Amino acid sequence: MKELIDKIIVEQLGHDPQTWPMAQGLYLVGMMLVGVLLTTFGAIFAGLLSWWERRIAARIQSRIGPNRVGPQGVLQFIADALKLILKEDLIPTDSDHILFRIAPYFVMTGFILTFVVLPFGYHLSATSMNVGLFYVVSITALVVVGILISGWASNSKWALFGGIRAAAQVVSYEIPAGMVILVPIIMAGSLNMHDIIRAQGGAPWDWFMFQTPWAYASFFIMFTALLAEGNRTPFDLPEAESEIVAGYNTEYSGMRFGYYFLAEWGNLWVMSAVLTTLFLGGWQVPFVSMAKLTAWEATGHVPLWYYLASAAVFTLKVLVLVNIIVWIRWTFPRIRVDQMMNLCWKYLVPIGMGLVVLAAVTELLSYQLFGEAAKGQAKVGSIRDTLHFAFFLVAGLVPFAAFALKTRRNIYIVGDRVDLSNW
Amino acid sequence: MALDQLVMTKFGETAGEEMILNMGPQHPSTHGVINFVVHADGEVMKKAVPQVGYLHRAIEKIGEIVTYPGFMPYTDRIDYLAAMFANEGYALAVEKLLGLTVPPRAQYLRAISCELNRIASHLISLGSMAMDIGAVTPFPYALRERESINDLLEALCGARLTYNFHRIGGVGFDMPDDWMPLCRKWLDHFDRILDEWDRLISFNEIFVERLAGLAVIPLEMAINYGLVGPNLRASGIEFDLRKAHPYGAYPDFDFKIPFGKAYAGAYRGGVVGDCFDRFYVRVLECRESVSIVRQALDKFPPGEFMAPKVPRKIKPEAGEAQSRIEAARGEMAYYVVSDGGERAYRVRARTGSFLAMGIIEELSKGLMIADLVALIASLDVVAPEIDR
Repeated sequence: MKELIDKIIVEQLGHDPQTWPMAQGLYLVGMMLVGVLLTTFGAIFAGLLSWWERRIAARIQSRIGPNRVGPQGVLQFIADALKLILKEDLIPTDSDHILFRIAPYFVMTGFILTFVVLPFGYHLSATSMNVGLFYVVSITALVVVGILISGWASNSKWALFGGIRAAAQVVSYEIPAGMVILVPIIMAGSLNMHDIIRAQGGAPWDWFMFQTPWAYASFFIMFTALLAEGNRTPFDLPEAESEIVAGYNTEYSGMRFGYYFLAEWGNLWVMSAVLTTLFLGGWQVPFVSMAKLTAWEATGHVPLWYYLASAAVFTLKVLVLVNIIVWIRWTFPRIRVDQMMNLCWKYLVPIGMGLVVLAAVTELLSYQLFGEAAKGQAKVGSIRDTLHFAFFLVAGLVPFAAFALKTRRNIYIVGDRVDLSNW
Repeated sequence: MALDQLVMTKFGETAGEEMILNMGPQHPSTHGVINFVVHADGEVMKKAVPQVGYLHRAIEKIGEIVTYPGFMPYTDRIDYLAAMFANEGYALAVEKLLGLTVPPRAQYLRAISCELNRIASHLISLGSMAMDIGAVTPFPYALRERESINDLLEALCGARLTYNFHRIGGVGFDMPDDWMPLCRKWLDHFDRILDEWDRLISFNEIFVERLAGLAVIPLEMAINYGLVGPNLRASGIEFDLRKAHPYGAYPDFDFKIPFGKAYAGAYRGGVVGDCFDRFYVRVLECRESVSIVRQALDKFPPGEFMAPKVPRKIKPEAGEAQSRIEAARGEMAYYVVSDGGERAYRVRARTGSFLAMGIIEELSKGLMIADLVALIASLDVVAPEIDR
């Protein structure tokens, strides 16, 4: 961001940003602009997703879903937000008023601040922080602070259960998540989100996920851990309706209640963007190799379509993941508290630990075998590239094809058909 | 703390480290207005004491105030999810008092309507159980099929929930001419839906893991607590009133009695009489009910749908009669005493849900709160049937 403003100051205004006194003011304006832009993006995405998820859930459950407000009900989230804003902001008499009021802001802050480093496309992010991933992992921990505060401050037993469950769950699952994050970091040799993406490639077999079995397993552990951190089914214990009413937000109403849901739905973007960055090649456009991109960068002129294409590719990958998460939510039952803890501490943590070691060893061997070529994208035709392609076929395409065939059979066996005419 | 002290003094408990939690009467998964006083230490319960009576409407007393046929609509309200059975039980008891013989066509219509209603009731039970475990999607699937049953029953008797179809001496209406093909078509469709149900939820890994080996009721305990119906059969006994004490048209049909066999599988910790058995026995019962309805449609006899000599004013001789039927929630028994007048001297209904409530306190020791929800759902209790 700073570079962009510097560039504007030099080229458009003809000043030197180091000495020009107005530069600081311009930085401030730029920061606020980006802040408003990202917050708005987060809010609108969460709102649209609330509508989209309800429509998807309705399709899964053979219902229709919200389709009244605006075309296909797409403006439903505005109506909902309006309703929530107009509702009384009820604060229980016996609650801890101050904590009760500030808890939603912790949740919102933890959610919005992650957008500071999240990439949206080639060179499209608020900052390109060199400890980007570390920042994401630490800032998302704020969400659980808010949830814990709300559970405690509500002075309701159900809310307390929800808050404690959330604390136990999120803190536990940070550990396997933090562990398997190391796998792509080892492979890329960087914590910077953009550098991690640049170490991958456009084609699926150039993604980290399909480069080694360890990264492949890491993807699923990371996915599970992120589901748990985002309180999504099958880990929606903190807000398990059938057990503890509404969990930590039982006592909330009005827009404070809305904030929790805003953050929850918005977190789907954050989760998916992190997964896309780490394992699915980020904004890398297929058929444009890193060599070509580096050549463009050397001339100082990257074509505009590349910016747009990279943003489109990234958004597409994120949306596919978001839809998978939504799909999982409306398919699976919820696991129990002790099972949730077992899964984390008995399975994910040891496996994650092993994967980190294996990934490190593999990377070391690969460096010994291929030398500098092991860094970044492999040359087409090399043994390493062929291995990646073979692994992609076995681990990616074959399960996908088997799953698609099975689904097709399940649909036709009950006399159903794929029909979107009444969408 | 005020609430805790109130609850403690009310139920004479001593204060300790445990947390007392009032689950219900307004709670998403207590299946109606039931209250559970949960004594919990963290997530683990020391016990959960059910408090019943929030939905008591004195239906049995109403039976002493209204005439014999006039009580029939009230029986619908005893169990609104399986109203046919409540109708049938009462009709059977009064018919015994009067010494009436019901024509075979009426008996077949009773069997068909009851078995369809059993499927509808089990669908709600299975769907809400899945929802209590956290899977929301199976519930609308179950409701969708139940809607079709409601359509069929509406075509048969004009009502979708409180049928008032069975009458003293027969049934209210004959089967409509075009009803049989409709019913057959739906039965063929429902076979596939049950397979889909098994794929969707019954053998979902998380679902089975949640229920396997949970809240096991050994057979002896089930008998001691007087459990009935699917809850009893899940503990591993083949006892079904339709076979043990056949009534109506049931001797004509060939069907199996599903009972608990640790369906979850031993490697998952499945034990005979666990929550998964209670769930899966109901799925299997739906399959048997489909087969019974098919057989009834095949053998559907001609004739009258109402006994010819039912008096306009029903005034049984002084005496008493009892009827037992296999309802969706287990044995439902009616005991009717007549003093020779137009109104019953005493009507008593014995229902399955009430018996199932008794065992919860014993079973809930050491369970987690999430498991209590699964336990309540697996016993398939319905608030109006508990309290009447």
